Amino acid sequence: MEALIQQVVAGLANGGIYASMGLALVMIYQSTHHINFAQGEMAMFSTFIAWALLQAGWPYWGAFGATVLISFAGGLAIQRIILKPVEKAPVLTNVIVFIGLLVIFNSLAGWIFDHTIKPFPSPFPKFTGAGKLISGHDLGSIAVMLVVLALLYSFLRFTPAGLAMRAAAQNPESARLVGIRVSWMLGVGWGLSAAIGAVAGMMVAPVVYLDPNMMGGILLYGFAAALLGGIDNPWGAVIGGFIVGVLENLLGAYVIGTELKLTVALVLIVTFLTIKPNGLFGKAVVTRV
Amino acid sequence: MARLLEVRGLTAFYGETQALFGIDFDLEEGGITALLGANGAGKTTTLRALCGAVKMRGSVRFADQAIEGRATEDIARMGVAHVPDGRGTFSALTVEENLKLGAYTRRDRAGVAADMKRMYARFPRLKERRAQQAGTLSGGEQQMLAISRALMLRPRLLLLDEPSFGLAPLMVGEIFAILGEINREEGVSMLLVEQNASLALELAGHAYLLETGAIALSGPSAALRRDETVRKAYLGY
Amino acid sequence: MTGTSATVVPRAGLPKPVILALALAGLALIFIAPFLVKNYRVFQFNLVLIYAVAILGLNILTGYNGQISLGHSAFYAIGAYCAAILMDRYEWAYWATIAPAAVICFGVGALMGFPALRLGGHYLALATLALALATPQLLKYKKIEGLTGGVQGIVLNKPDPPFTFELFGSALNQDRWLYFMSLALTLVMFLIAWNLLRGRVGRALIAIRDHPVAAAAMGVNLPVYKSLAFGVSAAFTGVAGAMGAVVVAFVAPDSFSSFLSITFLVGVVVGGLGSISGAIFGAVFIQFVPNIADHISKSAPWAIYGVFLIVFMYVMPGGVAALAHKLLQRMKSAS
Repeated sequence: MEALIQQVVAGLANGGIYASMGLALVMIYQSTHHINFAQGEMAMFSTFIAWALLQAGWPYWGAFGATVLISFAGGLAIQRIILKPVEKAPVLTNVIVFIGLLVIFNSLAGWIFDHTIKPFPSPFPKFTGAGKLISGHDLGSIAVMLVVLALLYSFLRFTPAGLAMRAAAQNPESARLVGIRVSWMLGVGWGLSAAIGAVAGMMVAPVVYLDPNMMGGILLYGFAAALLGGIDNPWGAVIGGFIVGVLENLLGAYVIGTELKLTVALVLIVTFLTIKPNGLFGKAVVTRV
Repeated sequence: MARLLEVRGLTAFYGETQALFGIDFDLEEGGITALLGANGAGKTTTLRALCGAVKMRGSVRFADQAIEGRATEDIARMGVAHVPDGRGTFSALTVEENLKLGAYTRRDRAGVAADMKRMYARFPRLKERRAQQAGTLSGGEQQMLAISRALMLRPRLLLLDEPSFGLAPLMVGEIFAILGEINREEGVSMLLVEQNASLALELAGHAYLLETGAIALSGPSAALRRDETVRKAYLGY
Repeated sequence: MTGTSATVVPRAGLPKPVILALALAGLALIFIAPFLVKNYRVFQFNLVLIYAVAILGLNILTGYNGQISLGHSAFYAIGAYCAAILMDRYEWAYWATIAPAAVICFGVGALMGFPALRLGGHYLALATLALALATPQLLKYKKIEGLTGGVQGIVLNKPDPPFTFELFGSALNQDRWLYFMSLALTLVMFLIAWNLLRGRVGRALIAIRDHPVAAAAMGVNLPVYKSLAFGVSAAFTGVAGAMGAVVVAFVAPDSFSSFLSITFLVGVVVGGLGSISGAIFGAVFIQFVPNIADHISKSAPWAIYGVFLIVFMYVMPGGVAALAHKLLQRMKSAS
């Protein structure tokens, strides 16, 4: 029984990471109707930036905060400079541009920071009172994830800017008619996404160690989380992330073995997309003609 | 009265296809002007050209400032509110959120709150449904919502694209009556695009008739109502 | 000549005999080339030919039919492992492995086509990316190690040429023999593709890409065509994979990562979406750019790929093929 609980708890910890990636993906999807394939590599690159700051002697939370801000600015810049010209282009063009970004970030990280695997520190104490069930880092990272989610939710739900972002995402034409600068809203969406990704990267790096290919599998799970929850539903992405995390661990421990984890992700993704493309919680928007 | 809107030589294009062929018209402050014409005459295109939503050339002066070539959102911020064809409501957001968005660019919170109260007073049905998803409202209610949202901007000029479209006659009458009220009591100038010519001519003081992207006729509504061609083609008698 | 004015306006196009001569020279060059260069170059030529077929396969699906696939490395891998297993475990001749690889990949591709029917745009890209990411792991799976060779993969022997031959002092060795085999295969595959795409099938595929609703309304059976497109596309890339296994004489899971899929995508984009001839340009690009860029840095090739992907989308969405087409038009037309 204890083993089962351990697996579930570990799954929840992973799930927190997947949830944040899923959330970042949903944010961009909501505002642009595009899936950011470069999300993982951007998060990885942000984590390298944090690592570089730490190497330069910055305190952890200072580096953390700076990285989040830099990532926000970076995401905003990418949307304004690289994505704006292809905003109206067909899906294939956008997918190709995203893949291009993926590849550039991956190779830039390798170029600037080289390919050796590096340790990344965790800001949380080693142990918690719950004994061996859950590590300090796992608990801490779940907490951080929840804080991020709460902040994001409050921003979108209760602030005028958040409302404007939602409006711009849903109906850019009408948003312009009320004076919203839609292009900038898209940029902010990308910025927020990049920031969330950075947090996810910094939470996962202590566990899997930092190297340019760190985020590949995690991105896939982030996708699965977003799809499970409904690609246009931030809450869904979070819940989906935790479900995917637990499922991955349970299936890995008791059914399939840890070697085929990515295959599990593949099957999950294809299944969701085929059977329930709106996910568990996705809304079909009601409109009257 | 000063001219609020002055349009000269307005042409518009959808890609390579030209939709407007150099039209001129004016709108006096405080008045209601109608833009009439059959389907495809270019009425909607005219409104979109004014808002910068379509490729256009020519001169458009609003409150003595040139607005041609400006971005849609900037024109909105200058006080031009557009109720597009199809209403353009944010269907996934609530009624109240829609109204709040109308006032997005305003800084005076007290004024915004007061305006919201007034919208609810004028349209009690909106107040009933304030927390409801806007997409679930009936056609008439969505039209009320669209107009209210536009008014939340406290615009000097209100552009209305086919407010009667798809609405039952009783509802249309109600809405047009309210439009008249708004114009009289709050002095909001209106440019009204309508296929329903008789209704439009009743509400508006001045009218222009568009035919395939060019102005065929113009004048005070009373005159157009008596005009032979207008009567036969658009008024049905 | 008639007695017209003294000035004769020269035609801006090349005269026919010159074009014919150039074409013949080109053809001769293609046959002689392997004997003019060292072994390693020949090996690279072989890969170019093979990649061209793989890229052609991807182009059929993504360029012509508009279904985005980031998973073609999986089909390449299946084709390669098919050939390797048949040759290594069952002692098949190398040329006999092509057909089974094609059939199996067609089947897998058509199967992929079914969930793909409900997925559009980036969802399909996502699902295929998942396939690409999962493939190396699947190939390393311990339970099928007996068949696949696990992490170490399978080592093969390059086939010997069936007769001896010499030209310009170079012997017809394994790599050169495989050059001609690959050339023949590539020509056949290109011919098949050209035939397939210029007729009803091609038009149906393009119609589905550009206006699916209208296509369906006009009687094009969408599910059938879309699944077939997937199957044919997978088959092409699988054939390339099989030949690739023969030419490289080695298969291992990590050679077939998702980055291979992206490489094919780069080839399609650079060569030209929806262009058959473009596949050659794309193949040349993906084979030789890393060679050159590697001198700068290990990461440079991929950075260049990324930049090219983005820049081509902005500036040359039709790829090199479109550019070449334009130049050819200019050469043909009178000034």
